[in-house]
Amino acid sequence: MDLSRPVDYIARTTEQYSALGFEPYQWAHRPDPPAWAPLDKPLSESTVLLVGSGGAYREGQVAFHWKDDTGIRHIPTDQPASDVRVTHFAYDLEPARSDPNIVFPVDRLNEMVADGTIGGLAPEALACMGGIYSVSRAEEELAPAILDSMAQMPTDIDLVLLVPV
Amino acid sequence: MGLVARAIEATGTPTVCLTAARSITAAANPPRAAFVEMPLGYTAGRPHDPAFQTDLLNRALTATWSITEPGTIVDIGVQWSDDQSWKDAATSGLDNGIRHADGDSRSPRLEEPQYQYESDRAAAEAATA
Repeated sequence: MDLSRPVDYIARTTEQYSALGFEPYQWAHRPDPPAWAPLDKPLSESTVLLVGSGGAYREGQVAFHWKDDTGIRHIPTDQPASDVRVTHFAYDLEPARSDPNIVFPVDRLNEMVADGTIGGLAPEALACMGGIYSVSRAEEELAPAILDSMAQMPTDIDLVLLVPV
Repeated sequence: MGLVARAIEATGTPTVCLTAARSITAAANPPRAAFVEMPLGYTAGRPHDPAFQTDLLNRALTATWSITEPGTIVDIGVQWSDDQSWKDAATSGLDNGIRHADGDSRSPRLEEPQYQYESDRAAAEAATA
């Protein structure tokens, strides 16, 4: 491949599935323009909500399972990333378990709040499990669970930062 | 996450997706995305490299405010390495170009909670008892 180009994971997955004798995976395709909510404050005055799909959980919580787990976990952001656990079927867990910030950058975001780069961090981050095979389950179960959690948050959120793996 | 971002934005809250998988994000078409040339599993940086991680987030968040057209993906100029040979072997499974996995490069889709530590299981069972 041309190494200056991004890896085309859709094409790679199709090749991989084909080699295993599977039908091509039907990735979510949404050509219609997305909704748009304007940013009405600068970053330095904005409260950011972290949403990570790397399978993060905390001790005391039930860990995600690896078969289309559409649940979410609330993770307090006043705790260091070293207290965060991760579990996932589709990426190499060893580096993320060594430093969870690479999939759930809570330490870095707290530092950016402390130095004034970011206005604030929501008291809880939301963690979920990526790789939900069924697109409809991602849209009909996972997305509403995240929206419900956001609606119950006491803090106004100015920007949601989504970190997939 | 692109679909989740679309759903959140539709309720009136702005979003930005970090992404290391440009084609997947382009297909899902979220309102704003910041693309990083990182292997899967390293979306927010190199482990134990806070300066790299902070630079990545600064670039992503600054880019967020530069986007005016819904569905824009900005390449924020973050690279895993000047040596891009990892891309040759990268797949969307465990073979991310940095680590090699034999055979099917995804772990089995186990239906029971998969704890990082066995002690987490006991802690979770105590908390839910």
